[in-house]
Amino acid sequence: MPSEAPPETPPEAPSEVTAPPGDPAAEHVPGHVADHAVDHVLEFPGGYTRTTGPVIGRFLTELRDARIVGVRTADGRVLVPPLEYDPATGEDVTGEFAEVGPAGTVQSWAWVGDPRPEHPLDRPFAWALVRLDGADTALVHAVDAGDARAMRPGLRVRPRWRAERTGHITDIESFVPEVTRITSPVRTEYRLRPGRALTRFLEGVARGVLLGCRCDSCGKVYVPYRLSCPECGVAITEERELPDTGTVTTFAINNLPDPRAPQVPFVSAYILLDGADVPLIALVGDVPAHEVRQGMRVRAVWAPRQEWAPAPLSMSNITWFAPTGEPDAEL
Amino acid sequence: MSGNRCAVIGVGQTEYRTKRRDVSIAGLVREAAARALADAELTWRDIDAVVLGKAPDLFEGVMMPEAYLADALGAAGKPIMRVHTAGSVGGSTALVGASLVQGGVHDRVLVVAFEKQSESNATWALSTHPPFNASLVVGAGGYFAPHIREYMRRSGAPGHIGTLVAVKDRRNALKNPYAHLKIPGIDRAMVESTPMLWEPIRYLETCPSSDGACALVLASEKAVTGTPAWVQGTAMRSEPIFRAGRDTVDPRAGRDCAADVYRQAGVTDPRREIDVAEVYVPFSWYEPMWLENLGFAAEGEGWKLTESGATALDGDIPWNPSGGVLSSNPIGASGLIRFAEAALQVRGMAGEHQVDGARRALGHAYGGGAQFFAMWMVGTDRP
Repeated sequence: MPSEAPPETPPEAPSEVTAPPGDPAAEHVPGHVADHAVDHVLEFPGGYTRTTGPVIGRFLTELRDARIVGVRTADGRVLVPPLEYDPATGEDVTGEFAEVGPAGTVQSWAWVGDPRPEHPLDRPFAWALVRLDGADTALVHAVDAGDARAMRPGLRVRPRWRAERTGHITDIESFVPEVTRITSPVRTEYRLRPGRALTRFLEGVARGVLLGCRCDSCGKVYVPYRLSCPECGVAITEERELPDTGTVTTFAINNLPDPRAPQVPFVSAYILLDGADVPLIALVGDVPAHEVRQGMRVRAVWAPRQEWAPAPLSMSNITWFAPTGEPDAEL
Repeated sequence: MSGNRCAVIGVGQTEYRTKRRDVSIAGLVREAAARALADAELTWRDIDAVVLGKAPDLFEGVMMPEAYLADALGAAGKPIMRVHTAGSVGGSTALVGASLVQGGVHDRVLVVAFEKQSESNATWALSTHPPFNASLVVGAGGYFAPHIREYMRRSGAPGHIGTLVAVKDRRNALKNPYAHLKIPGIDRAMVESTPMLWEPIRYLETCPSSDGACALVLASEKAVTGTPAWVQGTAMRSEPIFRAGRDTVDPRAGRDCAADVYRQAGVTDPRREIDVAEVYVPFSWYEPMWLENLGFAAEGEGWKLTESGATALDGDIPWNPSGGVLSSNPIGASGLIRFAEAALQVRGMAGEHQVDGARRALGHAYGGGAQFFAMWMVGTDRP
């Protein structure tokens, strides 16, 4: 609210406000007309009785036994819930009852996002037309689907019966979707240690050095440091420190977020360190993504020394590689 | 070609969809297997051994699915084995099955591969971020983009070539009843209007995530029933992902693998002597790249073949008439689908996407960091 006093009658205020009944605060708002409404309940003591007749009675009796039956019409259709007459022709139905369901298919529904006290469920649900298997008509009942997005035409549902049944449509507490999916948690825990070669390399990164190695047999220089040559298959014994400068040979501009990348878009690049024969995969930063080029000269950007993490061993001491400003290298 | 003769006598595919919520994994593989058996006019009882392929177990979190699926694939009392070679696994699975026939071990082998991507998250499974990594990040989908960029630089290919493949394969998919992505009216403008995911790769230049399974029945010569597609050559190759001098645009393993298959099949000029190819193209730019790697075009010339329309269904060397991986991608099965579609073509059973008179077809798959390759040549002629 502004600090000055509000005007007596704000121009946008309605001239008359009707407060909901039973809201005592509203009745004392200055300038509002008092609401004199009171509640009045009309309820026949004990509830009305209904004689079911033979057809509905059979239906409710079966419900009490956790079965659902329909009645067959003269032309062979099965009405659920049953009626004493065929509503299409006015003729009497046959005396033949047929067990249907218990599963059925949702034909249509209305989602109740904010159930009232008299609703069958105290959480959001659907009023649905459910055609039970074997029936030719649909039954209105509640479907406890959890979420409106779970509802669709053709959804398969089954009744959830109450433990105590009395012979009433509410003996079915609600319908619930059939089980079509389960979740299957899988978790494995590992204790990982870097191998000898990777330990050696990452220990180098921990003290600000990029460590590679040279194969005696083919003369190729590998980075990260490794113990054998993937080409020759022989052991590598010669360590070689490499500079933290190199050339972008190729790259991707990633427009999808990655938890380990600081921003979107981010550039992941193949960087051939000077003196190395295999590229490292690394981020390129401090330059707009679309200004990165193949052949661009880059240097590692090391995090401030006081932020260097002692453990676990990782590449986190290097933030990314950034352009040096030198002319592009020939590829 | 060494060993006994081997033929594809049955092919079965499921419809490929984003989510096959209506079937379990067992139901999915049985759907494909039953169709392959029906195609071969055989029953489970006629099968001697089962070979199952799929991508990493972490994809669905079902560890050792071959054990769980043995009964579902009718393997009670029979050998069953699992193959895994990353994205090329579908192709490798067919080749392991073929080797059992060629080696004279079995007369009829059921080969099945599947993926149910909707029950999993492949990106998560491929990006588990273990500690002690020596790389500074790369998104799973970002792995191939730098290789495509390098191809574009080297070849000087214009930027729309990837778009042409994305449109061509999806138009082919409209003729394939099993294909997942069906985009009526797809054209260059539509593809070019979609965002760059991993530049230079656009959204519609990538493959979808699919649920699906594919199955083949392979038979020895004496056990052939129905219409055979004869296996004229098979090969697998691999190479280390980090090797000094490795050419990630034109991998040596791919060239060697193709050369081996062509030698076995007596092919010296693939462009002229092969009638149709089903090649693993999960990102559209891999068509021109593989056109060169597989010897259909000279180095730097693959994109011109694509641009000329030669690889279209009505071109002189149709690539991926089924719509390819760009249209259906149940990862573990994607390679086997290539091999199966190649067989359907030479059996004359590819329906609306049939290449008229196809007598020789190449099936191709690759995986990992473009480091695992599996290929076969199938044809109407007995090798």
